Amino acid sequence: MTDTIAAIATAVSNAGISIIRVSGSDAVQIVDEIFVTKGGKHILNHVASHTIHYGFIQEQDEMIDEVMVSVMKAPKSYTAEDVVEINCHGGVLVTNKILKTVLAHGARIAEPGEFTKRAFLNGRIDLTKAEAIMDLIEAKSDYALKASENQLQGKIYDEVVKLRKKVIYEIAFIESAIDDPEHISLDGYTERLMQVVDAVLLEIEELIKNAENGKLIKEGIDTVIVGKPNAGKSSLLNRMLGEEKAIVTDIAGTTRDIIQESMKLGGISLNLIDTAGIHETDDVVEKIGVGKAKECIEKADLVVYVVDASVPLDESDQSIIEMLSGKKVIVLLNKSDMETVVYEQLMRDRIAECIGSDMDQCRIVSTSTKEKTGLKEFEEQIRDMFFTGEISFNDEVLITNARQERALVDAKEALCLVKQSLEDEMPEDFYSIDLMNAYASLGSIIGEEVEDDLVQEIFSKFCMGK
Amino acid sequence: MTEDIRDEVDVCVVGAGHAGCEAALACARLGLETVIFTVSVDSIALMPCNPNVGGSSKGHLVRELDALGGEMGKNIDKTFIQSKMLNVSKGPAVHSLRAQADKQNYSREMRKTLENTDHLTIKQAEVCEILADYDEASGQQIMKGVKIYNGGIYKCKAVVLCTGTYLNARCLCGESITYTGPNGLQAATHLTDSLKALGIEMQRFKTGTPARMDKRSIDFSKMEEQFGDERVVPFSFSTDPESVQIDQVSCWLTYTNEKTHEIIRNNLDRSPIYAGIIEGTGPRYCPSIEDKVVKFADKNRHQVFIEPEGLYTNEMYVGGMSSSLPEDVQIQMYRTVPGLEHCKIVRNAYAIEYDCIKPDQLYPSLAFKKFAGLYSGGQFNGSSGYEEAAVQGFVAGVNAARYVQKKEPVVIDRSQGYIGVLIDDLVTKENREPYRMMTSRSEYRLLLRQDNADLRLRKIGYEIGLITQEQYDYVVKKEELIQKEVTRLQNLKIGANKKTQEFLEKHNSASLKTGTYMSELMCRPELSYEILAELDEDRPVLPADVIEQVNINIKYDGYIKRQQKQVEQFKKIENKKIPSDIDYDDIGSLRLEARQKLTKYKPISVGQASRISGVSPADISVLLIYLETYYKNKQ
Repeated sequence: MTDTIAAIATAVSNAGISIIRVSGSDAVQIVDEIFVTKGGKHILNHVASHTIHYGFIQEQDEMIDEVMVSVMKAPKSYTAEDVVEINCHGGVLVTNKILKTVLAHGARIAEPGEFTKRAFLNGRIDLTKAEAIMDLIEAKSDYALKASENQLQGKIYDEVVKLRKKVIYEIAFIESAIDDPEHISLDGYTERLMQVVDAVLLEIEELIKNAENGKLIKEGIDTVIVGKPNAGKSSLLNRMLGEEKAIVTDIAGTTRDIIQESMKLGGISLNLIDTAGIHETDDVVEKIGVGKAKECIEKADLVVYVVDASVPLDESDQSIIEMLSGKKVIVLLNKSDMETVVYEQLMRDRIAECIGSDMDQCRIVSTSTKEKTGLKEFEEQIRDMFFTGEISFNDEVLITNARQERALVDAKEALCLVKQSLEDEMPEDFYSIDLMNAYASLGSIIGEEVEDDLVQEIFSKFCMGK
Repeated sequence: MTEDIRDEVDVCVVGAGHAGCEAALACARLGLETVIFTVSVDSIALMPCNPNVGGSSKGHLVRELDALGGEMGKNIDKTFIQSKMLNVSKGPAVHSLRAQADKQNYSREMRKTLENTDHLTIKQAEVCEILADYDEASGQQIMKGVKIYNGGIYKCKAVVLCTGTYLNARCLCGESITYTGPNGLQAATHLTDSLKALGIEMQRFKTGTPARMDKRSIDFSKMEEQFGDERVVPFSFSTDPESVQIDQVSCWLTYTNEKTHEIIRNNLDRSPIYAGIIEGTGPRYCPSIEDKVVKFADKNRHQVFIEPEGLYTNEMYVGGMSSSLPEDVQIQMYRTVPGLEHCKIVRNAYAIEYDCIKPDQLYPSLAFKKFAGLYSGGQFNGSSGYEEAAVQGFVAGVNAARYVQKKEPVVIDRSQGYIGVLIDDLVTKENREPYRMMTSRSEYRLLLRQDNADLRLRKIGYEIGLITQEQYDYVVKKEELIQKEVTRLQNLKIGANKKTQEFLEKHNSASLKTGTYMSELMCRPELSYEILAELDEDRPVLPADVIEQVNINIKYDGYIKRQQKQVEQFKKIENKKIPSDIDYDDIGSLRLEARQKLTKYKPISVGQASRISGVSPADISVLLIYLETYYKNKQ
């Protein structure tokens, strides 16, 4: 039995949609008391897990909002407890009112990070995952929690493990010499240690440099927009950016030259790849060649293929479709405001012709960037793909987290102190102090050193509702 | 059947070696009626192996013990015949005091102290059984008393087991095996069964000792003479330094050679260890000469120290050459060493095997987890060495007394002393061999120096009740003086004037560009507080021990501060106590192995939990978060 907690899970603003998340043993019961279907029935106690329901939140016959309620029962939920999420129309007033109603029915307000803390305590996620989640939240991604699979792994981890090994080898050697001076001598050792320290320092500095880049990039879905010239790619882009008043960061000149813009669409961070070509010539394929386009598509987590639906498909489309094989794709049949000659079924047939049944389920949306139609659906599709895990954040791990970067800097400083001590010809029991500090700092990056304040810090950084 | 009750006391201490003596003295001095049992009153505080006290990191233990109110430091100060501060060419963290003892005198003085301590009774008898009642409510066995060989019962509230190497002991010298304790003393053959019957898990360890030789048969001209220090530093903070400036005897250094090693290699099949006769595990860090030859096959020589066993004996101890090879091989082997060509062996080298416990059955207070009122210390807990034994005996004794007095146990943590490191390692880590204290085992050794043991631990000793008001006041005063002088030096401006520059030049130190502070100058390796007296005419007159601290505190300020930071980190999770009623099966996300280990070890703090092998950092984060919720719900 756990007490039931509730909080607003989305940023409190007059956004289009807000979510109130409720978690705990009584989550379903509490929401059931205030949720009715169109027919006025209380049904939540009887619905299957992982279902979503349309209806109304009402309190003493007063209708508060029209909502969608999703029910996720333990243990297959974010917290591994019963979780109910109320998707309402948003607006500060209404959202708060719903939350208050939930609280009035027996939930208590969650502390910052408490949902994640419960997920952690219930064994749903480990600490590095929790931290990865925090990063994503800080990237202002509302649905980032779904991406908990994307944790710190791979390159950085291996790198840090390797460096730590080098450091601990030296520590162990020094310790053994302190214990057994008769058999292990430190004569001439300081030169060797100096070399090792220099080498490790060099690598740490490289990692710190990466961390600086990583902070700019943050994590997001690498998205490439492709299409023939004049298909409407850049107007789509401008529309998307304009519509959402999204965060647009110009990070040109960073090491990852293929990324130009980062934006938020329906709460999901997208890294738009190779928009430079789109801006300048409106024609990726022509400008940079098929080879480069292929490379971009290869790297992308999501491909948005913009088709001018007012003109027939031609050979260029053919070559684009061939590149889409095996990718997650949303096809936009653009210019739906004009007389269209390319419709959904035709598109599907053409795709099947080109690359077989590989993309039977590919998502196709009719849009008009001019009339601003279909964009909402496009957004829904992306959100849906993300929700269902069809697409997820890019795997390439960069150090995006300020704490990890701090730890690297700490390790670097400690090693500089080791060098200082060696230069000052201090005895081994002095420089081993700073070697140990460097080792511990590196360990905190990969979760090998657990410090109480770290655990507290990770959870305290979560905002309310996470 | 009526019980044959001989006496009713507070605490029974089993064994009168270095652990038992400290345990019994602590209990009696705290006012508890105490009986100490030994198989032979003549073997009280016996030194059956090396004739010295202290040495690298062990010296730290003795000074810490003294700061807390133990006896070993005082006793060696009364009976040493040579003393040396080791590693003075290295940093202050590894300086360590070692003194050669007159073994017989050491034993005699300790016995005298025991005999003249109120509330303490010495009893020569073998304890065969410990008596306990099972308590349904707590699930613990409650201590009732002990039974000696003739059936007599001593009722008591707490028992401290310090049986050393006597339990089911057997000594091995090649093919010759005798069922005795050290030095041919009677072994204790009954207690193990009683302990096993009560559910205590036992294991078998071994250790060894080298031969003793007739001084007259040794040619010292072929050896390097090793003198004691010109100015002797006493072990005890209570000993007047002037009283230890005595005439000292010498030790001697010689080396083994290829010929020695060849003889050993050729006879390895006759060594009980290599022949598989010894089942016990020996200490890796105190290896026999056979082990050294096998392990360091590329070394063509090993150090051999010839040390006197006392002033009134011709026996010399052959340090570094312990062995369990048969007598004939021993003679051949020793006679290859320069200076020992014609040596006559008085006592053979031998290995000894004995029963001890798996120390993971103990809390850091050295109380048995499954018992109320049962404590243990020394080699019985799986350690090796007199000093290691003494500090454990002390802690076990103090906590047994506190148990009787219904007080909270005293636990020294890893950041407070080597004692804390030693006990924490014993009860938290898996020890497969006799545990020997080593400098490297301590993470915070720059703070845990032998020179500041009083500053670190006197206060705890005072709170325990074994340090007098006067001794405590002295340390408080000392602390003040140090602080005051450090502050003064940090604020004392030194101008870049002619006098300063000339002084610096004279001492081969770089000249000043601008004015600085005295403390900055002290940090220069070539300068020190003493040297800088010339530039500091108004300095107050301070005792030598205060000056020593001022020097260290200023010279190594940066390092000390960084280490203090490490300790702060350590304390954060060390101070997170784990409630004794915690059920690890309730914590879903702990891995199975962690759950099992935590249930077995019952760590008292998250810090201790984090040091259990098999408990990962991820498990610790889970535990931390769980405890936070746990305590919040309790409020």
